[in-house]
Amino acid sequence: MNLRLRIWRQAGPGSPGRMVEYEARDISPDMSFLEMLDVVNERLMERGEVPIAFDHDCREGICGSCSLMINGVAHGPQRGTATCQLHMRNYRDGDTITVEPWRARAFPILKDLVVDRGAFDRIIQAGGFISSATGNAQDANITLIPKETIDTAMDAAQCIGCGACVAACPNGSASLFTASKVSHLGLVPQGQPERYRRALRMVAQMDIEHFGGCTLYGECQEACPKLISIDTITRMNRDFLKATLSEGRGAVAKPD
Amino acid sequence: MRPLDPRVPSGPIELKWDKHRFEMKLVNPANKRKYTVLMVGSGLAGASAAATLSELGYNVKCFFFHDSPRRAHSIAAQGGINAAKNYRNDGDSIYRLFYDTVKGGDFRSREANVYRLAQTSVEIIDQCVAQGVPFAREYGGLLANRSFGGAQVSRTFYARGQTGQQLLLGAYQQLEKEVARGGVTVYPRTEMLDLIVVDGQARGIVTRDMVTGKISSHLGDAVVLGTGGYGNVFYLSTNAKGCNATAIWRAHKRGAAFANPCFTQIHPTCIPVSGEYQSKLTLMSESLRNDGRVWVPKKQGDKRRPDQIPEGERDYFLERKYPSFGNLAPRDIASRAAKEACDQGLGVGERGLGVYLDFGDAIKRLGDQTIRERYGNLFEMYQRITDENPFEAPMRIYPAVHYTMGGLWVDYNLMSTIPGLHVIGEANFSDHGANRLGASALMQGLADGYFVLPATIGDYLASSKPDRLDTSHPDVRRVEADVSDQTRKLLSIKGKRTVDSFHRELGKLMWDYCGMARNAAGLQTALRLIPELRAEFWRDVNVPGSDAELNQALEKAGRVADFLELGELMCVDALHREESCGGHFREEYQTEDGEALRNDDLFAYVAAWEYTGPGQPEHLHREPLAFEHVALAQRSYK
Repeated sequence: MNLRLRIWRQAGPGSPGRMVEYEARDISPDMSFLEMLDVVNERLMERGEVPIAFDHDCREGICGSCSLMINGVAHGPQRGTATCQLHMRNYRDGDTITVEPWRARAFPILKDLVVDRGAFDRIIQAGGFISSATGNAQDANITLIPKETIDTAMDAAQCIGCGACVAACPNGSASLFTASKVSHLGLVPQGQPERYRRALRMVAQMDIEHFGGCTLYGECQEACPKLISIDTITRMNRDFLKATLSEGRGAVAKPD
Repeated sequence: MRPLDPRVPSGPIELKWDKHRFEMKLVNPANKRKYTVLMVGSGLAGASAAATLSELGYNVKCFFFHDSPRRAHSIAAQGGINAAKNYRNDGDSIYRLFYDTVKGGDFRSREANVYRLAQTSVEIIDQCVAQGVPFAREYGGLLANRSFGGAQVSRTFYARGQTGQQLLLGAYQQLEKEVARGGVTVYPRTEMLDLIVVDGQARGIVTRDMVTGKISSHLGDAVVLGTGGYGNVFYLSTNAKGCNATAIWRAHKRGAAFANPCFTQIHPTCIPVSGEYQSKLTLMSESLRNDGRVWVPKKQGDKRRPDQIPEGERDYFLERKYPSFGNLAPRDIASRAAKEACDQGLGVGERGLGVYLDFGDAIKRLGDQTIRERYGNLFEMYQRITDENPFEAPMRIYPAVHYTMGGLWVDYNLMSTIPGLHVIGEANFSDHGANRLGASALMQGLADGYFVLPATIGDYLASSKPDRLDTSHPDVRRVEADVSDQTRKLLSIKGKRTVDSFHRELGKLMWDYCGMARNAAGLQTALRLIPELRAEFWRDVNVPGSDAELNQALEKAGRVADFLELGELMCVDALHREESCGGHFREEYQTEDGEALRNDDLFAYVAAWEYTGPGQPEHLHREPLAFEHVALAQRSYK
């Protein structure tokens, strides 16, 4: 099939960007979206032009590198699917497709469709871990964890850190990303000692990074390629509130 | 190059590691902060090592080409991680995991290393659970297990089909914890382009900032490479697009021996190629073979839909050939059997390059719900890619390049032939011999990173007394200049062909001549064609853009330049090894029923290749392998 693409081109971090039109001819419906872009890039390079930069790596929907706002929708139209696993059979011959980078204040554009998501790492640094130095662990089966608990924790832990939630949110909030880690670690017994401190610190870091506040639009869970639910945000808010109310900012509240 | 010395400790195999840990020199806590370790790579091995070294008190600098350490390709490992916990009471033990791994590797690994790996496996699970890794649980709250190929016990721990993701996130979180504490400095979007060796010791690396293009030198007291495997030499593989051999290859050219480069693993259960535009192959976890049955039609060119082929006209060839392991035969064996079926014209799908992996019986036996719980996300992934629903029709699978057992040669301490250069995870050659068993890559990456390297690197640091060094040293400047020269050269050719077109051509050559089955004539052909292709690359490649910007074509060009050299060494190695073992199947050397035929009299050694200069043949060093605990025998999974 033949498509018309409108793609955001921007030479570098400070440079102005603009939408540029490209023809994508003879595209197979079995190609992935990124394979379609590969073909467009190969043709650009054959003409001596600079190819379109975009982040991608595993192409299996798990590394979280790929991004792309496709016709205004983060990761495109297929629910629960990252751009790398979106296939061209979702489009029809003659379609015009608009491709933009994630747009958020906290994700500055580096080039074309590539953005800097370093803010996510700094949110994890603020508390998205369990302090367990190598060599300290007890036997793994000593602490029992009910299957339902671990399944709920795993639902949240699946987050691939792609940033679609931020891009989809009208406020540019990172709440779904942060809440998925707060939920995962807050559900397992090993995560209890740092539970409230973690929520306080990670939420504070979101603000420092200039992510917007959450007003529960729910756009994030629609865009999430792992279908993580905004229930996690409720859990984060509850932990955060409890921590702030009980002993003031920075203090460690008692677990439930 | 120094003679190869594996430095395996003496004593009974069960006690070697404990004894060695006691005998190694220690660095006292106050002195640890005076040392800087340069860690390249942030996958399971790299992130776990960086975090642990920092916890111990060393200064760590961690370099990776992704925007975040969490994106390293370990993230994509699906099925699980082995550990000799024997929680199932099914006869597992450290010794059995050791035995299975040596046998699975077709007797081409170092016994002492494998034993240590099996010992360490137990601690890994404890460590990961303490970090909050959500391994699957039984209703009683205990950890669940599944089976994997090449084993008759259930010892694989898993987190749905995303075990690698959860383990990597565990290590990543520990790494970020140490970043916050100030022990680790991270360098995202930074690619190592060369190794700095001063007075025979690895002292630093030269990197390119992939956003600004800036070339810099970083110096330290030891360098660790955890940069993964080189499967992308085949262009199409299950590796991520960015996986490359540049770090290990350039270290090789600076003096690190490259061991067993021809040992590559072809994974039997991947989604078949669908067209010329294909950019990578997608793995379907081996765990699917717990419940899926592999078959092809008995009649050649049978174009009927699978559900119209009656039971009697199907050949469940793995169950037929290997009744005791059945569909869970090791990867090399299962892959070759699938290839054989397709070569005989029994393959399915449009191109005839596929076999069925059928869940029909399992769904009947266990119900939709159980199968969905076990493999839901894998089934969805399959459907997204192929537009077919595995609940209704069997999956079509075909083998694809997945893992490289070869890598930089390391001694028992994981140090390469360059003092100070340590290599961990898939980047080294150490533990899997000629074939890796499923769920063992995660185990090895984490064993190296959490437990082995943090212990052994102290011994090196305490016994070497490197002089102070700064970036104005002429040896440092020389390496920097080499890197800048190569970048300039790549950009100045302005030929007609794209980097990818060369990469695809190389990949096809490698797959045809150095893939699942190899023979002398084919390898000689490849050894003629690869240098020609390389010459054409340096004459006619077109790399657009400049060096002072984010330039993905330039990044790729450097990597493909290295693959064009490494591919040749793989063929040299495959040609010299006149036997079949594990993933290395030489058609000339097979038993009457088509199984790999080893030659232990002549080839029970590690082939470690030394780089001798551009255009010069590499020099072969042999590390003899002794099998004192697992008796050398032809592998049988019948």
